[in-house]
Formats: sequence, structure tokens, C-alpha cells
Amino acid sequence: MQKISRETLIEKAKELLQNGTVSSVLGWKAGEFSYDVTPATFNSVEELEKDFVYNDFCGANFSKYLVKATIKAEGKILVFLKPCDTYSFNQLLTEHRFNREKVYVVGIPCEGMVDVEAIRKAAGEGIVSVECTNDGLVVDTLYNGKVKLAEQDVLLERCKVCKSKKHVAYDELLGDEGEVIESKRFDEVERLEKMTPDERFAFWQRELSRCIRCNACRDICPACTCEQCVFNNPKSGVENKAAANSFEEKMFHIIRAFHVVGRCTDCGECSRVCPQNIPLHLLNRKFIKDIDNFYGEYQAGAEVGSRAPLVNYTTDDIEASDAVRKGDGENA
Amino acid sequence: MRKCSLSNLSAVFDKISENLALYIPVDTNGGAKFEKYESGMVMSEALNTVRSAKDFFFPQIEDVAAFKVEGKNIEVVDTRVIKDDFVIFGARACDVKAFEVLDNVFLSDPVDSYYANRREHGIIFALSCSKPVETCFCNAFGIDCTEPKGDVSMWKTESEMYFKANSEKGEKILALVADLLTDGEEKVVESEKAKTKEVLKKLPLSNLSPDKFGGGKTKEYFDDPAWKSLSESCLGCGTCTFVCPTCQCYDVKDFNTGHGVVRFRCWDSCMYSDFTKMAHGNPRLTQLERFRQRFMHKLVYYPENNNGLFMCVGCGRCLAKCPISMNIVKVMKTLGGKN
Repeated sequence: MQKISRETLIEKAKELLQNGTVSSVLGWKAGEFSYDVTPATFNSVEELEKDFVYNDFCGANFSKYLVKATIKAEGKILVFLKPCDTYSFNQLLTEHRFNREKVYVVGIPCEGMVDVEAIRKAAGEGIVSVECTNDGLVVDTLYNGKVKLAEQDVLLERCKVCKSKKHVAYDELLGDEGEVIESKRFDEVERLEKMTPDERFAFWQRELSRCIRCNACRDICPACTCEQCVFNNPKSGVENKAAANSFEEKMFHIIRAFHVVGRCTDCGECSRVCPQNIPLHLLNRKFIKDIDNFYGEYQAGAEVGSRAPLVNYTTDDIEASDAVRKGDGENA
Repeated sequence: MRKCSLSNLSAVFDKISENLALYIPVDTNGGAKFEKYESGMVMSEALNTVRSAKDFFFPQIEDVAAFKVEGKNIEVVDTRVIKDDFVIFGARACDVKAFEVLDNVFLSDPVDSYYANRREHGIIFALSCSKPVETCFCNAFGIDCTEPKGDVSMWKTESEMYFKANSEKGEKILALVADLLTDGEEKVVESEKAKTKEVLKKLPLSNLSPDKFGGGKTKEYFDDPAWKSLSESCLGCGTCTFVCPTCQCYDVKDFNTGHGVVRFRCWDSCMYSDFTKMAHGNPRLTQLERFRQRFMHKLVYYPENNNGLFMCVGCGRCLAKCPISMNIVKVMKTLGGKN
């Protein structure tokens, strides 16, 4: 359960709307069920009181929405950012993707967001309602009645291995500032590194074969803000709406992963939205781990204006041959 | 009415698959998926597959022709791969109804021979739902999930699978496995259906109705200011259209193989910025227009041209899969008032 309440956030938004600091609010809108929350713009206190929510299903990272929203908005936009969202926010500022002057950031604490698919697996299908309480979730189901679940068991993957409770950008902070966490997020990457190349190939073949090329991973990704993606450009020669074979599908995801190297903050939105549950974040995490190993620890978005090691040549840079050897992990 | 015990189902699968290709839903890391049956495979218990059964008749990608160039000659090669009958085992009532929606498009003049070819070869074993979930609303579109159409209708109890043939094609397959089936009692099926119907009444979307939509409503909804807020967070990805059993738009492209040309068609999505792009540009410039197109097509334009039939079967896939949780139910409730 989130420590900060919906009411506290509405109160803050109300104050900022009424004193003229902001003219609109980017927030989460309640849906049909307990869990289907939609990102939305709220223009008035009435709209906020009617539909605004902040609960365990508010996974959406609003940073990328600011790219378009700041162009359209006349006044300032209030945006609520969770700690991990602030890394994407900084990275987009580093890339000059929106005007910082048009945004008012309220940093809000996050206790981790839950994954409705995980709830379905644990409690059974047919979720009538989900109540977030201090001792976990109470899920009312059509077939198993009320089921109590520990929050830790149904968190989104990225939240299970949360890398930071610290806000790296804000104008105002609600609640206490957290810390960067010594996370276990590279464990799964290490598991893949330990596989033989054939096993690893089979792993990705199996996972990526499910891809339906809906582009949700790309479209939600805060690092993917090209005005026209090369895969949408008929003149690029690589534009395609469906892969001709499974090899081509792998190329799409690997090319995309390469394109966001050094810019991906590991926000995990790609895997959160994938309709086929492909663990796409593992491709990006492999790159992050390698960068850490080769060039020293680097967290994209930790600050505005930092230069990623791959675009910051130094004479001490690792040689390509060493990188290939080391990148293979212990299996080399 | 015929039946077999669930423990004997694999024998039924083995027998059918000895004679023709059989597809059953199986569990994967990404949810249930239809796969070609091989001995030992276990049928998924999931209510539905992540991708719909439309893939069988309208696959995501399909070669339509190849052009072989030699000197001054061009040979056109028919690339159709489906030449034999196949069985789809376990499609639900919603997906089967979706075939009717697709038929209206692909089998009306001029007939799409690729679709027609697959459709002729496909034999559908449709399974009644026993555990509908909160995202289900097939009821709103007049579909009875306990009475699935198809070549064979099936009902599952705790321990048995019941079969009823509805067509000659279906009877032929049941005859193949006749030795493995015994007579089933109608009343067992009736009581299963009654149980499911009790659950249907409890579903949160049980009162949803499309009555306010249909042909002739273009002017009423086209300029509704609500489209702005409904579409504002749409990512423009293709998830809803690709998991949808009734979306049927496609693109046709030529692929240069280096020594010839392959012409293929693949699913397209009205959510994409280059959808229906033509020489003069794109007729729908913003995401609002693309988003509106999808729902107007389903709720107004299609019924207008197809005797009132809606282009949605209430399978709920878009409700479960949209990255921003925006979907046809929210559109219907917002535009049509809360019902």
C-alpha cells in the first residue's frame, strides 16, 4: 500500500492550481476496475476529486508524456513523479526533449507498484476488486472468494528489484527523501550470462517469438522519443509492420536496445506494458551492467547533462576485444 | 451429445492429429496460445488465448504471391500454404462470433480468396465458457458464451468433455474419434450452462449495452468533445488492434528478395501514424482522429454496413492488454452515458 494518500496529492494539486503555479495536472485516472488506471490531464479541482487516484496500480511513468504535453500546455503542468520516474525526467532534459520551465514536479514516495497479472496468477481469474491495505492486498475474486496476498509477492518485476527510492529531480517533495538501493536487478542478467550461447539463443528465441510487433515497448519508452522512428519511416528501407521471420523480430528488439544504450534508465516500462510478457528489460539491463563493468558505474538520468560513457571518449576506454571477452561474463 | 473423460482427452487429440493438423491452446510464459498439437501437450485451462483465433484465417503475415524474374519473363507464383483441413480446438464463443464479423468483410464480393481458402479448411471446435472473468462482456453483443457456435460445440465439466456436432465437417471429425466417445447426457450440460449463467449475472460489465450505438449515429458521435480526453494518453501502439479478434485492416507490401519479389500482407493498425497513408499524405493527422476511427468503425460504421452487427465481441482482450488501460468499454460508457 502507498504511504501517501490520494487525498494528500489532491490537496497539493488543488493548492498549486488555485495559487496559479500550475494550470493543469498530469495524474492517474480511475478506471472500471480497481486496477485499470489511465494517465490523464486534470484541469480543475472538480476533475481531480472525481477521478484522480494514487494507489498500487499507478505504475505509469509520466516523464515521456511531458514531451508532447509541454508543447500544447499554456501554463505550467504539475506532474507527480515517483523516484524511478525522475531518472527518465532528467534523461529527457539531458536530451533537450522538453522545456523544464513548463513543468512543476512534485516528487512522491512509492512503495512499489503491483502487477495485475501476478495477482491473477496468485488469486485466480475474475478479479472483482482489490483493496490495498497495510498488511497486503485483499483481492475479491469470482471463484476463490476473498484472497489475501502479500504485496511483495505481486510487485512488478522492476519494483521487486527497485534501484532507488531517491528522487533525482523535483520542485517539491512530499514525504521523506529515500536512498539509492543496492538492488538485485542484475541477478537475472547474470543467470543469462552463465548460459551457453546456444542456451541463451534458445531463451531469446522463445521469448521474442511471442512478439506481435505492436510497438507498445517502443511507444511507452521514455528513451524512444524520435519524432519518426526508423521502423515507421517508409524511406528508411527497414520500415515494417510485421516481421518476415523470427530472426527479423530479434533484430527489432536488439536494434532498439542498442539505440537506448546509455540513455535507458531501467524504468521497466517496456516489460510492464508488453502484452506478451516478454522480459525486454533484460536486454537493456545487460547493456547497463556492461557499461558499469567497463567504464565504472553509470546511471542514466541520475543528473541532468551527464555524458554517457559511450559518447564520452577517453584514452582509458576499454578496447573492443576486451569488451567482447568481458561482456560474455563468466562463461567466456 | 457425445462425451469423453478429461483423462481421455489426450487420446482424442492423438487420434485427430494422426489425421489432420490440430491446434489446441497451451500455456506459455506469455499466457495461453494456440499451438500445433504434438503428443503429450496439455490443453490450457486459461479462459482465452492472448492472441485471438482470427490468426488461423487472417494471420499477422501472409505471402500472397511471389514474382520470379528470369530474363524478360516474370512468373507469378501462388504462395498459398494451406491446402489441407485443420482443427482449431477450444476457441470460445466470442472468437467464433468474430469469424462472422470477419466473414462479412472477407467473403463478401470481391471474395478474399486467401481468407476463404483458410476458412474452408478450418474446422472449429468451440468450447463453452465455464469461468468468465471481470473483463468479459460478450453478453452485451448478444453472444451466449455457454452456447458457442462452430462445427462442434463443447462443454467441459469437472471430469468430462461434451461434444455436439453442428455441421457435416464436425460430424466427420467426431466420427474419427467415435471409439473414444460415449453418449453424453443433455442435462449435465444444461446444469453446467446454468452455473455459468449465474456467474454472468455477477460480472461487473453485465449491464453494458451497445444500444446507443449502431448505424446512423455518425453525426451524433463524430464531433463529441469527449474524444479528446479519451484519446489523450493513447500511445498509438497497435496492441488493441493486434489482440482484437475482429480488427481486420491490413497492408500489402512488396519485399525485394534480391532475386525476385515477394508480395505479402500484414496486419495494420488504425492507431499507427502511417495507416492509410497515400500520395497526398495521411487523412488522419492526430491520434484523436486515429483513436476515433477505431471505435467509430466498431460501434457505428461497421454495424451501418452489416445489418446492425457490431464489430466487437466483448472478449475483453483490449481491457486486459492496453498499456494505458483505455478501451471500448470506457469509450461506450463515456459517449453513451453510464449504462
